[in-house]
Amino acid sequence: MIVSTLIAVLVVSSIGAALAALLALSESYIANYGECRITINDERELTVQGGKDLLSMLTAEKIFIPSACGGRATCGLCKLKVLEGAGPILPTEEPYLDEKERASNVRLSCQVKVKGDLRISIPQELFAIREYRARCTRIVDLTHDIKLFRLELAEPGTMDYVPGQYVQLLAPKYEKNSEEVYRAYSIASDPAQRDVIELIIRLVPGGICTTYCFEYLKEGDEVRMNGPYGEFHLSDTDAPMVFIAGGSGMAPIRCILHHMKNTNSRRKAVYFFGANEVREMFMMDEMHRFESELPDFRFVPVIAKSDASEAWDGETGLVTDAVQRGLQNASEYEAYLCGSPGMIDASIKVLLDLGVKDTGIFYDKFA
Amino acid sequence: MSVGTEIMQACIVAISAVFTQNILLAYFLGLCPFIGVSREIKAAFGLGLAVIFVLTCTVLLNWIAYHYVLVPLHLEFFRFILFIIIIAAFVQFVEMVIERYSPFLYQQLGVFLPLITVNCAILGAALFMVIRDYSFIVTIGWGLGSGTGWFLAIMAMAGIRQRLAHDRIPRGLQGPGVTLIIAGLMSLAFIGFAGVLQGQ
Repeated sequence: MIVSTLIAVLVVSSIGAALAALLALSESYIANYGECRITINDERELTVQGGKDLLSMLTAEKIFIPSACGGRATCGLCKLKVLEGAGPILPTEEPYLDEKERASNVRLSCQVKVKGDLRISIPQELFAIREYRARCTRIVDLTHDIKLFRLELAEPGTMDYVPGQYVQLLAPKYEKNSEEVYRAYSIASDPAQRDVIELIIRLVPGGICTTYCFEYLKEGDEVRMNGPYGEFHLSDTDAPMVFIAGGSGMAPIRCILHHMKNTNSRRKAVYFFGANEVREMFMMDEMHRFESELPDFRFVPVIAKSDASEAWDGETGLVTDAVQRGLQNASEYEAYLCGSPGMIDASIKVLLDLGVKDTGIFYDKFA
Repeated sequence: MSVGTEIMQACIVAISAVFTQNILLAYFLGLCPFIGVSREIKAAFGLGLAVIFVLTCTVLLNWIAYHYVLVPLHLEFFRFILFIIIIAAFVQFVEMVIERYSPFLYQQLGVFLPLITVNCAILGAALFMVIRDYSFIVTIGWGLGSGTGWFLAIMAMAGIRQRLAHDRIPRGLQGPGVTLIIAGLMSLAFIGFAGVLQGQ
C-alpha cells in the first residue's frame, strides 16, 4: 500500500518536474531575444539582454522613469515615446493612452517588452532623476498613524527639486515583503536645506512600504530613494492661492510654504487643513508660525467631528464646506490640492461651483 | 470500429457538443471568462478562438497522457492533477512561442492565454473525455466541438451585451446580473436542439 502510494506520487511528480524542465529549457531558447540596442534621444545607446520590460531595463541602467505601481500597468505614469521597435499597443495599455498619445507613439514602458532594437525618446528633465542613498536621522510621531521621517542625503549629498515634487522610496525585502518595491512620497522639507529630505507618511494597513517605514525603519538606518519626480508645483503667476490638503497631504504644501518664505513671496495664500478629529491635527505651531512669517498667509484647520470633551475653537464640518464659507472672490484664486482621490474630486467640484477656473486647479492625488 | 465509423462518430460528437450538449450552456463550465470577457465582440472573438485552440490541443494531450501513462500504471485517480499540470504547461508554452514568433497572434490572443489556464471548460472537457471513454479520433471531434460551442456561446452573448450597452437596465441587474439571466435564456433556447441529435 505504502509502496504503491509512493510510486504514484513519484510518477506524477516526475511528470510535473519533466514538464517544468521542458518549460525552463524552452524559455532559455524561445524567450531568449539576445542582445538588443536601445537608442535614447538619438544620442545615447544602451546594449541590453532582451526579454524583459523596458521600464526595468532603464532602471537597471540608472535611468529612472516615474512609476508608482511598480510595473503592473495600473498607474499609467511610466509613459515614454517609443519611436521604433515596440510593436502594436497591448490591450493592457489601452486604458491609459488617449488618441493624441497613440498618434505620437507614447507607450507604457512597463508593458513594452524589449525584443529587438528600440528607438525611444526620454524628456531631458528625467535625466536629472538620480538614485540617492541617505541616512534616516529622526522619526517623529505626528499623530497616531502619521510620522515624519528626516533623511540626510549621503550620496549624492544634495538634491535639486522644485517644491511640490516627490521621491520614490525603496522598501527593501523584509519578513512580509519578498521583493524590493518603490513607493512615491512628496517632499515635505525646507528646500533651502538641500542635503535633507523630510517625508510625512501615513501608515496604510497592509501597505508594503509604509509598514516598512513604521515597523522596521529605525533612526540611523540607511535608506535608498530616487527622484525628484512630478509636475505639482506653484505657477509663475501672482494670483492668490488656496491650498487644500489633509493628513499626509500636508507634505508638499509645507515644502511650498518654506519656499515662499525663502523667496520672500508676497502672494496671498490660504491653507485649509481638514481632519476628522482633534487628535489627527499636527504641526499646528509651525503652520501658525508661517502666518506671522509670510506677508499674507492664513491657516484654517477644520475638524469634521467636534467632540465636547476636546477643546477646539476652530472651524468644524467638512473641509469643502469650510472652503465654501471662507473663500471670497474665488474666481481670482488658483487652487492646489493634495490628498486622497475622494477628497480631491469633492474639492474640485466645490471650487468649480465657486467660480475657480479649471485651468487654475492643480492637484496631486495620493492613490 | 473501423476508421470510417469512428470519423462518423467524431462528427456526431462534434455537432452534439456545439448544439445539444454545449459545454457552456448545458454544463455551465467556463462561466467566469464567459461573464467577464463578453462585453465586446472583439475581445470575445479572441478569447473564443484561444479556447477552441487550447481546448482541442490539451484534450488530445490529456488523452495520450491518460491512456499511455495513467492507465498502464493504474493511476487513473491522478487524472485531475495531471490534466491541470498539462494544461498549465501547454498554455505557458504556447504563450511563449506566439510571443516570439507571431506578434500578430500575441496581440490578438496573448492576453487571454493566462485566463484560459483556469478555465474550467478546458479541464471539464478532458474529464468528460475520460468518463465517456472516447477513442482518439472521437476525441478530436469532441475537442473541436466543445471549443466551437463555447466560442459560439460567448460570441452570441457578446452580441447581445453590446446591444444592451445603451439600454436602461435596473441598477441591481446591471453587469453580471443581467448576463446570468441572458445565459439562462440562451441555455433554454439551446435545449430546443435536444431532439436533433442524441450522440455522446
